[in-house]
Amino acid sequence: MAGGRPGHGRGRVSRGAASGAGEGHGIFGPGNDPAVALMVALGPAPARGRMAGVLRVPLAPRDPAPSRLTYRLHRLWLTPLFRAVLKVGLPAYALVLGVGVFLSDIDRRAAVTETFETLRSTIEERPEFMVETLRIEGASPAVHAALAAEGPGLFPVSSFRLDLTEMRARMEAFDAVERADLRVLPGGVLEVRVTERVPAVVWRSPAGWELLDGTGHRIAFLVRPEARADLPVIAGEGADGAVPEALVLIATAAALGDRLRGLERIGERRWDVVLTRGPRIMLPEAGAVTALERALALARAGDLLERDVAAIDLRHAQRPVLRLNPDAVEELRRIRALETGAVRR
Amino acid sequence: MTDLYKTQRAMRAMRQAALTRGVIAVLDVGTAKVACLVLRFDGPGRGRETEGVGPMAGQAGFRVIGAATTRSRGVRFGEICAMQEAERAIRTALQAAQKMAQVRVDHVIACFSGAAPRSYGLAGEAEVLGQTVTEADIGRVLAACEVPDFGAGREVLHAQPVNFAVDWRSGLADPRGQAGSRLACDLHLLTVDLQAVENLVHCIRRCDLNLAGIASSAYVAGAASLVEDEQELGAACIDLGAGATGISIFMKKHMIYADSVRMGGDLISLDISKGLQVPMATAERIKTLNGGVVATGMDDRDMIDIGADCGDWEKDRRTVSRAELIGIMRPRAEEIFEEVRARLDAAGFDNLQSRQIVLTGGGSQIPGLDGLAARILGPQVRLGRPLRVQGLPQAATGPGFASVVGLCLTAAQPQDEWWDFETPAERMGALSLRRAVRWFRDNW
Repeated sequence: MAGGRPGHGRGRVSRGAASGAGEGHGIFGPGNDPAVALMVALGPAPARGRMAGVLRVPLAPRDPAPSRLTYRLHRLWLTPLFRAVLKVGLPAYALVLGVGVFLSDIDRRAAVTETFETLRSTIEERPEFMVETLRIEGASPAVHAALAAEGPGLFPVSSFRLDLTEMRARMEAFDAVERADLRVLPGGVLEVRVTERVPAVVWRSPAGWELLDGTGHRIAFLVRPEARADLPVIAGEGADGAVPEALVLIATAAALGDRLRGLERIGERRWDVVLTRGPRIMLPEAGAVTALERALALARAGDLLERDVAAIDLRHAQRPVLRLNPDAVEELRRIRALETGAVRR
Repeated sequence: MTDLYKTQRAMRAMRQAALTRGVIAVLDVGTAKVACLVLRFDGPGRGRETEGVGPMAGQAGFRVIGAATTRSRGVRFGEICAMQEAERAIRTALQAAQKMAQVRVDHVIACFSGAAPRSYGLAGEAEVLGQTVTEADIGRVLAACEVPDFGAGREVLHAQPVNFAVDWRSGLADPRGQAGSRLACDLHLLTVDLQAVENLVHCIRRCDLNLAGIASSAYVAGAASLVEDEQELGAACIDLGAGATGISIFMKKHMIYADSVRMGGDLISLDISKGLQVPMATAERIKTLNGGVVATGMDDRDMIDIGADCGDWEKDRRTVSRAELIGIMRPRAEEIFEEVRARLDAAGFDNLQSRQIVLTGGGSQIPGLDGLAARILGPQVRLGRPLRVQGLPQAATGPGFASVVGLCLTAAQPQDEWWDFETPAERMGALSLRRAVRWFRDNW
């Protein structure tokens, strides 16, 4: 019942003041009543003050009750589903819709991509992130030259675009390189720490002379094998697959000194020890080292290596066999005939 | 009667739906204030799962999550006299309570103090059909109660079975499962003016709420402020409201009588207003701050500024001694108590063994009122405050909130009413169909 009156009174005051200000430009316009003209002449500010004083009405106490609409809206707001939709669903929908509409145009999509790419390259190509030089450490001159050939086409490059894993794989693909550690150092330096393979044996392979490391991995082809006369020689197909065993055998056979010519892989499964003059020592597939030690012991005891023996066959551990040369066989038969008194034919 | 039965059953179903949902509002539409509490039911013991009185007498099952009070408007003598104003007051209280609870409430249980409640004691008898008493038997015996002609324009507010007897064994609270051949019951019926109820229902509908129950303020105030032994042994609760004074007599945990006197604290304020020539608001303030009903020698020297805002210096500087104020208040308080005494006498309150009287309601905070009541009503008078319920704000723990707290308790632990039992098939006129269904179920 209350609430209408004071608002009405205030409305009249403000309307009077507004019309006074609004009519200021058209003082002499038609239809201006004298009161308005007088008000304009006095100026809007004092007019508003006087009018307000006349029309002020004591305010009725405010009604604390919410209106029906306010009440219903408040109840609606307290409804969980409505609240969830308004607080989460609607913003999410608006966001998706806005982004979707914006990106539906191909030019705008391209512009966004381009802006992003530009921004990205601006950051990536800052001088702090650029790699200029390649530094190789721990490589022999030949390997150094080979690795250094990778650099020039690449640099300068941002360290963000540098695929170190791939580069490492490429560097480790060189036969002579066992391990390459790559790191980007401050100052735009890409450092490569190279661990080279250590040559262990020379292999006379079907393809030619090869230099192998302790695991049997090829390091290089040798044109002149006598250049690496310090290394033991192995031969035979598949010898590179058993280099660790060969190295143990060679170490065992160190007692033979320079009489050892090398090892030969037979049938890709067992070793023969080849000496410069004297018998060939045929080793078994399993327990080759033991068998070789046994052969050396035999040689020491019976001076076996100085005799006319073609081969010492140790392939069967229970039954070592000596194969004599044809002349020695003849001689043996003659001696046996003499001993038995048989007539030589 | 069948119409009422359906209405009350619908309200009961709505109350159960609200308890399942877990949120319900209770609303006390009083003459001085409208109080609203929002309750949340959760955890074990939700609704009425346990038989009988559960732990904590049903107070542990719920929690008050929103409370609001606003000055009442458009209510006189506990009845709505101006619909728009009352609706606004209810809306204010409900919105504030919902805002505090941050929950939307759809169901409300309301109580009011006026509308001339009248009590009837009913008795009924019925044969027990089977070996033992079943719920259907209880429904039949309740339906067999002889309903008095309480006149047109009256509505049944409560119809509570207060006593059962099986074959002359009386005083049974729950006869179900007892063997016997004859079942008798006593029913307490409380009727109120239909128009007052309809006005309240309309106001609540206008607030977009479903009415899940309606109660008499006198009954719920008694449920909240009488302690358990008082309810058991017999006591009267006098709810001194602003517009009406509710009287309810409890015995054996049941309300057996309720009435209302159309006089209350507002009348005392009106007397002060007239006697001291001050506005009603000032009179209310003077009554609250300086009121009393027992004068002492000190009160002659205790001068109270009553003031005014008229601009006349003489009138604005008026003072009155507290003894004069007491001289205005006491006769009115005596008149109210004498009227209450008359109603209690009519109800036969003197015949109870324990004549305990509990004063509650906002008016009971006048100092010395219990002494005055003891002189008029009987020696055993105490001031009652409502039970403490979980989550109730400190501001709502005073005696003025007895009825709204009682409404919480009855919402959590409702008293069995007549409409809580299935009405017998004869009344629904579907006996043959029911029999056919039963035959079908028994034989297949």
